[in-house]
Amino acid sequence: MNMKPCKELFFVFFKIGAFTFGGGYAMIPFIKREVVDGKKWLTSEEMFDIIAIAESTPGPLAVNSATFVGSRIAGLKGALAATMGVVLPSFLVILCISQLLLQIEDFQIVKDAFQGIRAGVIVLIGSALISLFHRLHKGAFTAAILIAAFLLTYFFNINTIFTLVFCGLSGIIWNHYSKRGKGR
Amino acid sequence: MIYLRLFWEFFKIGMFTFGGGYAMLPLIQQTVTQNHWITEKQMIDFIAVSESTPGPLAVNMSTYIGMRTAGVGGALCATFGVVFPSFVIILLISGCYHKFQNSSIIKSVMAGLQPAVVALIAAALLSASRSVFDMGDLFAEDNLISAVIVLSAGFLCYKKKPPIIVIGMSALVGMLFGMLV
Repeated sequence: MNMKPCKELFFVFFKIGAFTFGGGYAMIPFIKREVVDGKKWLTSEEMFDIIAIAESTPGPLAVNSATFVGSRIAGLKGALAATMGVVLPSFLVILCISQLLLQIEDFQIVKDAFQGIRAGVIVLIGSALISLFHRLHKGAFTAAILIAAFLLTYFFNINTIFTLVFCGLSGIIWNHYSKRGKGR
Repeated sequence: MIYLRLFWEFFKIGMFTFGGGYAMLPLIQQTVTQNHWITEKQMIDFIAVSESTPGPLAVNMSTYIGMRTAGVGGALCATFGVVFPSFVIILLISGCYHKFQNSSIIKSVMAGLQPAVVALIAAALLSASRSVFDMGDLFAEDNLISAVIVLSAGFLCYKKKPPIIVIGMSALVGMLFGMLV
């Protein structure tokens, strides 16, 4: 099999992995520029499809799109090359940084900096939460799930995976009965 | 065995993270605190590091937690674990994704999952806030500094500044108060 597309996939996704900060949706414009505008591996519509699929399949968006593009271009080998490419830069960078952090984390100035950073991170999580909330379809079912999932996790300490499975199943049951109601 | 344990726990995280990014936070929080791998404070610190280094949050967090727990081997197992489920699932559906996209079952499941993820992040946020703010003594010095940072970071987020700016500002204010107080 021709190895050239695999090499190219690896390097393009290596670049995407090495130069996008923040992950997730921050990566979309960069992936689009490389894969749609640059290499013309996908059309814009296919790119939108990938985002939609990545939203309803588990795992990080970057990994999902790398695997998808890789497998479309060069099958299993392409998927492996692209996924390795997108993961490798952060893997290497974090290996180095975690060693560095071990060396410096006991200095007072680093402790002070992280004391401040923790408050900043709370705000980052809060602002991600607000934008996710605004994207929800509003309705009785959504409100019920929001309240139920929050109570289960925060007050009853129920396992997160159990809560997710429960809410996914509730979605199926709700849709089944609300459709039947409309049919009558 | 720690390597298998890391792989399995991060496999579950990769399998049940829908939406990417902060959606995995509740799962990571539960996993690391139950296994005593890192403290909640270390986890929050590392979210900041993940936001300031390239690459997806999920890969950064799993590499870091694996490394802290069991060295380079641990980092490999955790990262492999978090990537594996999405890799296999995308490979399986990449041939027939139109069918997958239009499936009413998938849409129903997502209708339940999306609000659940929002609720789970809200719960994770509350628990993280409790490890940043000292609830016993609300007017403690550290709480006041944190409150100043929360307000200014909130303003930066509102102005749509990138996370790395928010983190840089928070670090600076933290160091400044550390030197003054």
